[in-house]
Amino acid sequence: MYEHLETAENRDQLKRVVVDPVSRVEGHGKVTLLLDEHNKVQQARLHIVEFRGFERFIQGRPYWELPVLVQRLCGICPVSHHLAAAKAIDQLVGVDPANLPVSADKLRRLLHFGQVLQSHALHFFHLSSPDLLFGFESDIGKRSIIAVLADYPDIGLQGVKLRKYGQEVIRMVSGKRVHGTGAIAGGMNKALDKAERDYLLADIDQMIAWGVASVALIQKVHCANLPYYDQFATLRTNYMGLTKPDGGLELYHGGLRAKNAEGGTILDHFDYCRYNDIIHEEVRSWTYMKFPYLLALGQENGWYRVGPLARVNNCDYIGTPLAEAARVEFKAHANEAMVHSTLAFHWARLIELLHCAESIKVLLHDPDIMGKDLVAQGEKRYEGIGVIEAPRGTLFHHYQIDENDIVTKANLIVSTTSNNMAMNESVRQVAAEYLSGRELTEPLLNNLEVAIRAYDPCLSCATHAVGKMPLQLELLDVEGRLIDKLVKHGDGLIERI
Amino acid sequence: MPVKPVLVFAYGNLSRGDDALGPLMLEAIERQLQRQAQPIELLGDFQLQIEHALDLEQRELVLFIDASMSGASPFGFTELSPAKDNSYTTHAMSPAAVLAVYQAIKKQQPPRCFLLTIRGETFGLGEGLSAAAEQNLAAADRFVYGLLADLSALAWSEFTQ
Repeated sequence: MYEHLETAENRDQLKRVVVDPVSRVEGHGKVTLLLDEHNKVQQARLHIVEFRGFERFIQGRPYWELPVLVQRLCGICPVSHHLAAAKAIDQLVGVDPANLPVSADKLRRLLHFGQVLQSHALHFFHLSSPDLLFGFESDIGKRSIIAVLADYPDIGLQGVKLRKYGQEVIRMVSGKRVHGTGAIAGGMNKALDKAERDYLLADIDQMIAWGVASVALIQKVHCANLPYYDQFATLRTNYMGLTKPDGGLELYHGGLRAKNAEGGTILDHFDYCRYNDIIHEEVRSWTYMKFPYLLALGQENGWYRVGPLARVNNCDYIGTPLAEAARVEFKAHANEAMVHSTLAFHWARLIELLHCAESIKVLLHDPDIMGKDLVAQGEKRYEGIGVIEAPRGTLFHHYQIDENDIVTKANLIVSTTSNNMAMNESVRQVAAEYLSGRELTEPLLNNLEVAIRAYDPCLSCATHAVGKMPLQLELLDVEGRLIDKLVKHGDGLIERI
Repeated sequence: MPVKPVLVFAYGNLSRGDDALGPLMLEAIERQLQRQAQPIELLGDFQLQIEHALDLEQRELVLFIDASMSGASPFGFTELSPAKDNSYTTHAMSPAAVLAVYQAIKKQQPPRCFLLTIRGETFGLGEGLSAAAEQNLAAADRFVYGLLADLSALAWSEFTQ
């Protein structure tokens, strides 16, 4: 591990390099490096520079507003927040997961599979495929979906249409592209009619075929570059996520499972409503993002990874045949119990994309999916906890309300927070192994971003006004004087100042 | 269902202060259009993405609407050309990049597309619309009312700045 690079001893005598912001991630983060006179990296950190204040945004609102309100926390994963909040407020109206009407449960799963499919497609094809297809240090002009569409038109088009299909699943189930009210307390607001079902069925076989092709593509890319792909930014870590009661891959509802780097069980089938008993969050002064860890293992050893790599590592099987076959090949390539390659996040992500496409087909053929019994009722409670596997990993929503149904306390642990320590470790590993001692250039620094992007971090929410967020790269001397500065403007122009 | 020849596509987040300008402008247009039948489709989203290129298919004229932190005040109006993505900081894309995706997929020029940017000041989570943004929205509303009275690229191009 590279924790010794978190804080350098002689910081005031080191050069400072800033990658701000990290590109092709959601939100605003930056990487700072401190270098000695030989360009040796002495400190590397991924910072989160925006304080989000989710909890204050939610407190004081009536609980029934939450499924719509929390969608506005994030423009890239609104459905994940929508469903986690819905599961939490189910409990506020006295409805446990087992008591949710069958059709409502299946509609929520369909909605979730659509969300994960479109999110994974976006991440791989739009954000990461340029790095993977053209090379981590390729010309910056190549690193975009436009270049992929020009050089690999079939792959680029598949990405666009897979993403579109997932969005259409969301639209059909929730009734709107955004701000939909699909899930409500105790169930779902809208049934799926036959025309909507048939509309989605028309293209699903094509989506599955593209899912198969996507897995083959990433497997080919990954295995063509072994052992580089198995070593780049790679960490031997713990992994956590939901699984089914029998250990199968689960994205919507299950118990918490955590395994260590050797594949040994840390916890299994753990009731997520008791997450506070096993997870604590550490605060560090240099970033707004907390560092969660498993209490039983302590701060130093208890941090873990979540998301596609964790889920595919942790599960005993995947319940759809094509994705299961892909999982078996994935695990076999590493020749050990757990796959630790950070770049294998992409491979695992596409296995999940295939699983989502297969699962959507199964659900669309299930008669329950068009059922009309959609809402259950129960006795009011004052506390609700909802957990799902969002595209980026385990997402916790926890609310308390008063007698007037107003939210008095809210706590959210978003997936990216769980991966905070791992992303920092990956940054430090890349800085130490690939950058240290070399003259820093923009293509070289892209290696840091490649490591971060593998996690598909969602660092913030959906403010995206025109003209915001230029990228700056600054080089300072040992006395803090600016030696060199590159600025990438909003129109893409790169200028040396 | 036949595709309407004119698309108005606004994007932004209603709960991020002045980032709500896009969706609020869309709501205002929806109210305007209720008074008259128009060959206009209204779409909204949090942010632009690659698949929105497919929303441009079979259109003749497109208006994108967004909040702007640095554009003209109270609003700016420009014609768009396809351009390689420079919106590198988030998962979102610029409208010009969406046009470039369309061009790459369809192997043809996109429809005539224009961008209305309404100047905003604050974009914090949970914030309401700023006073300046409210005034800018009212000015943009009057401008769009005139714009939609003549649904031709020629007429719109005369309004560009």
